[in-house]
Amino acid sequence: MALRLSSRFIKTPFLARGYPLVVGKEKGEEIAHSKTTVQKKLLTRIPGAQYGGRHSCTMLPGGGIGPELMTYVRDIFQYAGCPIDFEVIDIDPTSAGNDDLDYAIMSIKRNGVALKGNIETKSEDIDATSRNVALRNELDLFVNVIHTRSFEGVPSRHKDIDIVLIRQNTDGEYAMLEHESVRGIVESMKVVTEENASRVARYAFDYARRNNRKRVTTVHKANIMKLSDGLFLEVANKLSKEYPEIEHNNMIIDNTCMQLVSNPKQFDVMNMTNLYGTIVSNVICGLIGGAGLLSGRNYGDHYAIFEPGTRNTGTAIAGKNIANPIAMLNASVDMLNHLGHREHAKVISQAIHQTLVVDRIHTPDIGGNHSSTDIIENILRILSKKRVHWNHDAINV
Amino acid sequence: MSLAARSLFRTFLQASATRGIHTTPRVEQSSSREAQRVTCTLIPGDGVGPELMYSLQEVFKAAGVPVDFEPYFLSEINPVLSAKLEDVVASISKNKICIKGIISTPDYSTEGELQTLNMKLRNELDLYANVVHVRSLPGVKTRHKNIDSVIIREQTEGEYSALEHESVPGIVECLKIITAKKSMRIAKFAFDYATKNNRKKVTAVHKANIMKLGDGLFLRSCEEMAKLYPRIEFEKMIVDNTTMQMVSNPNQFDVMVTPNLYGNIIDNLASGLVGGAGVVAGASYSAEAVVFEPGARHTFAEAVGKNVANPTAMLLCGTKLLRHINLPKYSDIIQSALIKVLDDGKVRTKDIGGQSTTQDFTKAVIYNLH
Amino acid sequence: MAVRLIKKFFNRILITDKNDSTTKVSAALSNGLGRSYSSGIQKVTLIPGDGIGPEISAAVQKIFETAKVPIEWETVDVTPVKGPDGKFGIPQAAIDSVNRNKIGLKGPLMTPVGKGHRSLNLALRKEFNLYANVRPCRSLDGYKTLYDDVDVVTIRENTEGEYSGIEHEIVDGVVQSIKLITEEASSRVAEFAFQYAKQNGRKKVTVVHKANIMRMSDGLFLRCCREMAAKYPEVKFEERYLDTVCLNMVQDPKKYDVLVMPNLYGDILSDMCAGLVGGLGLTPSGNIGLNGALFESVHGTAPDIAGKDLANPTALLLSACMMLRHMGLNEHADKIQAACFETIKESKYLTGDLGGKAKCSEFTNEICAKIN
Repeated sequence: MALRLSSRFIKTPFLARGYPLVVGKEKGEEIAHSKTTVQKKLLTRIPGAQYGGRHSCTMLPGGGIGPELMTYVRDIFQYAGCPIDFEVIDIDPTSAGNDDLDYAIMSIKRNGVALKGNIETKSEDIDATSRNVALRNELDLFVNVIHTRSFEGVPSRHKDIDIVLIRQNTDGEYAMLEHESVRGIVESMKVVTEENASRVARYAFDYARRNNRKRVTTVHKANIMKLSDGLFLEVANKLSKEYPEIEHNNMIIDNTCMQLVSNPKQFDVMNMTNLYGTIVSNVICGLIGGAGLLSGRNYGDHYAIFEPGTRNTGTAIAGKNIANPIAMLNASVDMLNHLGHREHAKVISQAIHQTLVVDRIHTPDIGGNHSSTDIIENILRILSKKRVHWNHDAINV
Repeated sequence: MSLAARSLFRTFLQASATRGIHTTPRVEQSSSREAQRVTCTLIPGDGVGPELMYSLQEVFKAAGVPVDFEPYFLSEINPVLSAKLEDVVASISKNKICIKGIISTPDYSTEGELQTLNMKLRNELDLYANVVHVRSLPGVKTRHKNIDSVIIREQTEGEYSALEHESVPGIVECLKIITAKKSMRIAKFAFDYATKNNRKKVTAVHKANIMKLGDGLFLRSCEEMAKLYPRIEFEKMIVDNTTMQMVSNPNQFDVMVTPNLYGNIIDNLASGLVGGAGVVAGASYSAEAVVFEPGARHTFAEAVGKNVANPTAMLLCGTKLLRHINLPKYSDIIQSALIKVLDDGKVRTKDIGGQSTTQDFTKAVIYNLH
Repeated sequence: MAVRLIKKFFNRILITDKNDSTTKVSAALSNGLGRSYSSGIQKVTLIPGDGIGPEISAAVQKIFETAKVPIEWETVDVTPVKGPDGKFGIPQAAIDSVNRNKIGLKGPLMTPVGKGHRSLNLALRKEFNLYANVRPCRSLDGYKTLYDDVDVVTIRENTEGEYSGIEHEIVDGVVQSIKLITEEASSRVAEFAFQYAKQNGRKKVTVVHKANIMRMSDGLFLRCCREMAAKYPEVKFEERYLDTVCLNMVQDPKKYDVLVMPNLYGDILSDMCAGLVGGLGLTPSGNIGLNGALFESVHGTAPDIAGKDLANPTALLLSACMMLRHMGLNEHADKIQAACFETIKESKYLTGDLGGKAKCSEFTNEICAKIN
C-alpha cells in the first residue's frame, strides 16, 4: 500500500501532468531541425484512421498538374472499389501564411498516410521555407524510396534497369540553414547526424534483405567533405557488418553519375544523402524515359507520404491534358500496398502495365501522342472487366 | 473438452492467418474475378429481427444487389438454438461486414454471467464506435423538424465494463472504467467522421463536473484531439443539459461524441425525436469490420409474428452497408425508393401512424425500385 | 487505497443510518406534517442564492405575504467560509438554521467550475442527507412548447450511484470510477416514491434501470423497487429500461407518471423532462432528506440579468408551493399555484424567458392580484 502510494507520488499522475500528445506549433521557427527523440515518441499517441476496413487518407493535390492527376486517381479508386476515403486539402500557393500547410500536416498526423502532388511555394520571401521540405521535416519522414524500373515499350537508352534509390530525406543540404554572415557572403549549412544517417542506412540494408537484393551502394563525397559525408559513409560501413549476406560498396557522387549513364546495371540498392538523391533520381528517370513514370515513397516512423518520384510541379503543361498520369498512379498503387489493400493495388498496377506495354498508349513526354484522359479511359476499361472485392486481403498495417 | 477444442480451433485460425500473409501470389490469382459478389454476415436477432431481415433480403433481391448473406442465429434468450459466438465472430472477421438485428438480453443471466452476449460480441470484435445517424424522414410525423445529427458512442468501456461485485450484502459496486487510449480513439473517430462527412461541429457529452476524474479524462482526450482539427468546431456539454437541449432545440447538434451510457441515452432520445426505434439506422465500427444494426436497440418482442414492425431502420442499414462496400448505385436506388414510399405516405406501418403491414411496406419499396 | 475509500463511504452511511430505513422514511415524511400545527407559524430557512436569487426570493416572499401563509422566513447566507480545518464550506449558522427548522427554500447557487471548493449544492445535499430529489414536470398553459401533455414526476436517488465520488487512476491513463448501489438507499428511495405517489394521487410508478447491462448494481435497485411495490398494491408498478424511457418520453410523455431511478439516470431524465415543458425556469424541485427537506430552483444564477428585474420567479415559486404541501399547507399551496398558472395562461405578464416583456415585479404583482 505504502509502496504504491509513494510510487504514485513520484510519478506525477497522468491528469495533473497534462496530456502530452500534440507537438505544438510554437517551434515553427526551427521547423527545419530534425526531431528529438522525445518529440518522436509523443507523436505515436494518435490512433490510426482505419474504420470498418476503410482507410482515411490525406490528399494534397499541390500545384501544376497535381489537381488533374488527383482526379484521375479518385476516378480509378472509385472504379476499382478501393476502400479509401480521401480528405482533400488544397494549399494555396500564393498565400504567405502557412495555415493551410499546418492543417495539411495535422491532417497527415491524423490519417497517417498521404498522397501528394508537388506543393509550390510561390512566396519570394527569403524566410519562407519550401513547403515540401517543411512537410517532410515536420513529419520526420526520414527516408525517401524510389524504385526505378524500366518499362517495356517506353523508349529509353537503357533496358532492364532495376535500381532502388534510398535517400536521406530530412538532413543534409536541405536543412535550410542559410545565412549571410557578412554582406556578400552566404553560408549554407549541411547537417549530417549520426542518428539519421544510421536510420537511413539501416532502412537500406533492411530493404535489401527483405527484397533479396544483393548489394548496397553508398553514394557520398567524403573525399572532399571529410567530416559530414565521412560520417555518413562511416555509419553505413559500420552497419554493413550486421548484414554479412549483403555486399556493400561506396562510390563518389560524380563517379556514380558517370557510371549510371554508362553502365547502370551494376547498381542495385543505393543509399545516399539528400542532395545526391535528387541528382541520382533525376538521372535515372531520364534514363528510363522521363519524369512521368516513377513514384516515390517517403517513410517516417509513423507516417508515410506517396508522391511522384521526381518532384516536379509541371506547371507548364497544366490543363493541357498531356501530363503523364502514370507516376501519380504508381504512387497511389504504392499507397494501397502500404495500407494492405494488395488486391486492389495489383489490379490497378496490372491495368497500368497493360496500358503502357501492351496497348502502348503513351503521352507525348515518352514519345506518344495520346492525351492523359486516353490513358485513364483505357485503364478504366480494363478495370471494368475485373472488379475486386471491396476489402479483399486487407491486412492490418 | 470443449475448451481444448476451442483453443485448437483458435490455433488453426491463427496458423491459417499467418500463412495467408506470407504466401501471397497463388491465392490472389483466381480470386479477382470470382469475388464479384460480396458476402455479408447476417444475424437476425430476437423479436421482430427475423421479419425485418426477410424484408431487407427481399428488397436486396429485387434490386439485384450482389450481396450474399451468411446467416447465423445468435440469441441469448434462446441459448439452445443459438450459434456459437466464436463462429459468428470468425464469420464477421472474414467478411468484414455484418448486418444485425437486436439481440435481447435477459435481466438476469442464468449462469451469473455479467457480460451480455451483445457486449461479448462487441468486445470480441472490438467494435468500439457506435454511430447513429438521426435524421428527420419525410412523411414521418414528429414534433421536431429537420433534425440531422450523428451520435458517436464509445461502447467497449465505461459503465458497461461488466465489473460488478457485492462487497457487503446489500451493497453493490459497479466499476466504470475510462481509459485515455479508448477515449482518444473514439474522439478521433468522431472528428474523422466529421471531416469525412463535411460536418461542422463536434459536441462532447460528459458529466465531468461530478465525475471529475473519469469523465474528466474523456473530456480531456476530446479536447486534445480537437486541437488536431482546427477547422471543426468543438464544444462540450453536460449530459443532463444535453438531454434538455435535445428535446427543446435539437437542431443545434451536429456530431456528438459520448462515453458508453450517455450515448445509449442520447441515441434513444434522439431516435424518439425523429419517429422511434423503427426508423433510425446505426452501425458499430472496429478498425477492421462494421456491424450495421438499427440505431435504437429494441427487440419489439410484443410484435413478433404480427407483421406490423417498421422495416425502415433495417433498410436504411442496408443502404449504409452498400455505401460502405462501394456500391453506392444500389444504395441510392433503394434509398430513393424508401424515401418515396415514406413521402407518399400511402403505405405506413403502425408506429408512424398507418395501418400497413411490414409486408405491404416492403412490397411498396420494391415497387418503387427502378 | 480504493478499499479504504469505500470503507470510509460505508462507515458514513452506516453511522448516520443505523436504524431501520423504513421507519426513518416515514419519520422524515411525517416530520413536516407533524410539526405544522404545533404553533400557528413555522420558521423556514431561506437561502436566497446568487445572481438572480435575491430578486426571485423577494418575489416569492412578497407573494407568500399576500397569501398570508403562516410562515416566518429565516434568511441565511451560505457563501463559503473557511472552516477550522482550513477548507471552505457552508457557514455553521446556515447548517444550524436548517437543522432547527427542518425545512428550507433555496435559490440558485453558483459553483465555480473546477475551482478549489466543491459544489455547494453537493455539500448541502451531503450535510442534510437529502436522499431523494423530486421534480414534477407539467406542461403549462400559456407557454407553448412542442409537448403540451407532460405530467410526470421524476424521483431520483441522490446520495450514491455514479455520483459516489469514488474515483481513482489505476495506471496512467486508466481511470476507474465506482458506481455504488446499496440496498438501504435503494429501498429508501423506492419507498419514498410509492409514498409520494399515494399521497399525491398518482397512479403509477415506473422504475427506470439498465439491469440488462449492469446486472448486479441496477439489478439490486430493481429488486428493491419490486419488493417495495409489493407493499403498495394500490399503486401500479412497471419496469422500464433507461433507453426505452428516453425513446418513449420524447414520443409520448403521457406514458409515464412517477419515475423512480438511481442518481445519474435521474439527473439526466429530470433535466430532459424539464426541457419538454420549457426549461428549468419552470420546474420546481424538492430534496427530501433524513434531517429535513430542501426545496430549490434548479436553474442557473443568470448573472447577466441579475439585478435587472427580468428574472422569472416561477421555478422558485412552484418549489415553494411544493414545500407548502410538504408542510401540510395544501390550501395555500393550491391558491398560489393556481394564481401562478393563471397568470402564465393569460400571457399578459410574461417574463423574457417565456417570450414576454414583463418585468419580474410586474409578474409578481399580477400573481398577488390574482391571490387577492
